Amino acid sequence: MKKLTRWLSKNLIRVYAFLGFTYLFIPVFYTFAFSFNDAGRSNLVWKGFTVKNWKNPCGAPDICMALGNSLKIGLISTILATILGTLIAFALGRYKFTGRSTTNLLIFLPMATPEIVLGASLLTMFLNLGVTPGLVPTIIAHVMFCISFVVVTVKARIASLDPRLEQAAMDLYANEWQTFRRVTLPLVAPGIAAAALLAFSLSFDDFIITNFNSGTVTTFPKFVYTAAARGIPAQANVIGSSMFFIALIVVIAGQILSNKRKAKI
Amino acid sequence: MASIRGVSVKSLGLKDDKSVLPYLLLAPGLVYLAVFFIYPIISLGQMSTQTSSGEIGQYKQSFRFANYVDAFLESKEQFSRSFIYATIATILALAIAYPLAYAIAFKSGRWKNILLVLIVAPFFTSFLLRTIAWKQILGEEGPVIKVFRTLHIISPQTTLTATSFAVVTGLAYNFLPFMTLPLYASLERIDPRTLEASGDLYANGFTTFRKVTLPLSMPGVVAGTLLTFIPAAGDYINAAILGSPSNKMLGNVIDARFFKIVDYPTAAALSFTLMAAILIFVTVYIRKAGTEELV
Repeated sequence: MKKLTRWLSKNLIRVYAFLGFTYLFIPVFYTFAFSFNDAGRSNLVWKGFTVKNWKNPCGAPDICMALGNSLKIGLISTILATILGTLIAFALGRYKFTGRSTTNLLIFLPMATPEIVLGASLLTMFLNLGVTPGLVPTIIAHVMFCISFVVVTVKARIASLDPRLEQAAMDLYANEWQTFRRVTLPLVAPGIAAAALLAFSLSFDDFIITNFNSGTVTTFPKFVYTAAARGIPAQANVIGSSMFFIALIVVIAGQILSNKRKAKI
Repeated sequence: MASIRGVSVKSLGLKDDKSVLPYLLLAPGLVYLAVFFIYPIISLGQMSTQTSSGEIGQYKQSFRFANYVDAFLESKEQFSRSFIYATIATILALAIAYPLAYAIAFKSGRWKNILLVLIVAPFFTSFLLRTIAWKQILGEEGPVIKVFRTLHIISPQTTLTATSFAVVTGLAYNFLPFMTLPLYASLERIDPRTLEASGDLYANGFTTFRKVTLPLSMPGVVAGTLLTFIPAAGDYINAAILGSPSNKMLGNVIDARFFKIVDYPTAAALSFTLMAAILIFVTVYIRKAGTEELV
């Protein structure tokens, strides 16, 4: 007993962290487990193990159309937001200019505004202009709320660079463009990749802003929300779990790649 | 903090370039934000003082600021509930996330990167699916309530879902990574030697934490609480899925005004009030916490 209390007091923080992670992952495990449920339309109670949902993820009506829309919106928004945000991050991370604090404020404000206000204000503008909500307004909205997160992520990476690397390139007679292309950009690339991944996950998972601006276009989160009233098909769990594993593989592969590159240097 | 920031700004070697290049880099993104963030907010402001022109969905500008008073009085209950729920959820998330971030920053060794990935990983399973999973885990058909009832921890009539408890824990759960990551970032920057020094000066573990670790991690606490509080105060998904009609938050009212009642001016007035309240709250909070290291 004494041994146990001593071990516990020494490892309290580790035990706590373990519990914290368990709490974080309970619904993920639950979603994964119930993707194997032989439940038919409403996936509420465990009725037996089956892999048929995984064999036929498009089995529920409209689910893959919704998924396709989400992927389309996510991809286009990510590309646009990453370009716009990275440019701003370079300006903020590399140059002194007048209007710096105004720029910072303009980047911070969308993050400090609740999603429902962002969604409602865009919808109001679209209605005033006579634009029908749909795919394009949704993409416009997603690019808007992703930009700030891209700026913050890429800027942090630029700030962590050792300026001596660029000075060294200049000393070796690289001009400004060569230095940027051969030294700065490759060093910032992991930050840009992380920002793009973040933007995609924010866009793919967004419900509130999408719900305001997408009109009759269904996305995956919208599908889940609408289905929730009458029971979610197990295929939704299949897609949610797949996204989880795909993202995990992408992140871990990125980690291994960057470790290898570090080892080379 | 000032000295740390001073050093970092200097080592950045910001170019004092009088060229137009930085403005060319900024222009596309900032114009985009002006058109699709600032202008919509102005549209929302204009909408908030309009009145119905007779037909459904048609409004005319009549500068009726009483819209705000009406909207607020009608939904002051949900308004205060939003702020109370968001505050409790933020405190709860801080209590859960701080030790988690502390363990990752100081006790994880070579597992650090993996654990950091695991903090964000649940994000990739749709947050709606996870919230619905909580509803089913805690719900009438779920395992938790059966165990609790068998052990007589709760009475047979008590439910776990459709309560303010479920909504608040749902909010805390959903925004936990937003709390953990900034906390980790600021804890990770602490030089472990400052903690050793504190020990050498006969501070015990608790004193070291109170006098050294906690003050040094304040930027993370401020950033984390803001990133949790702001989305939590505007959220309506948790209340819709985990709550009952008596747990409705302001977001639910705005959503219903827009889509069910089609009363855009009231919805706009409420949205505007919510945003203003949050901005005031954030400004006061940042002043009090004494840090501007946010972006």
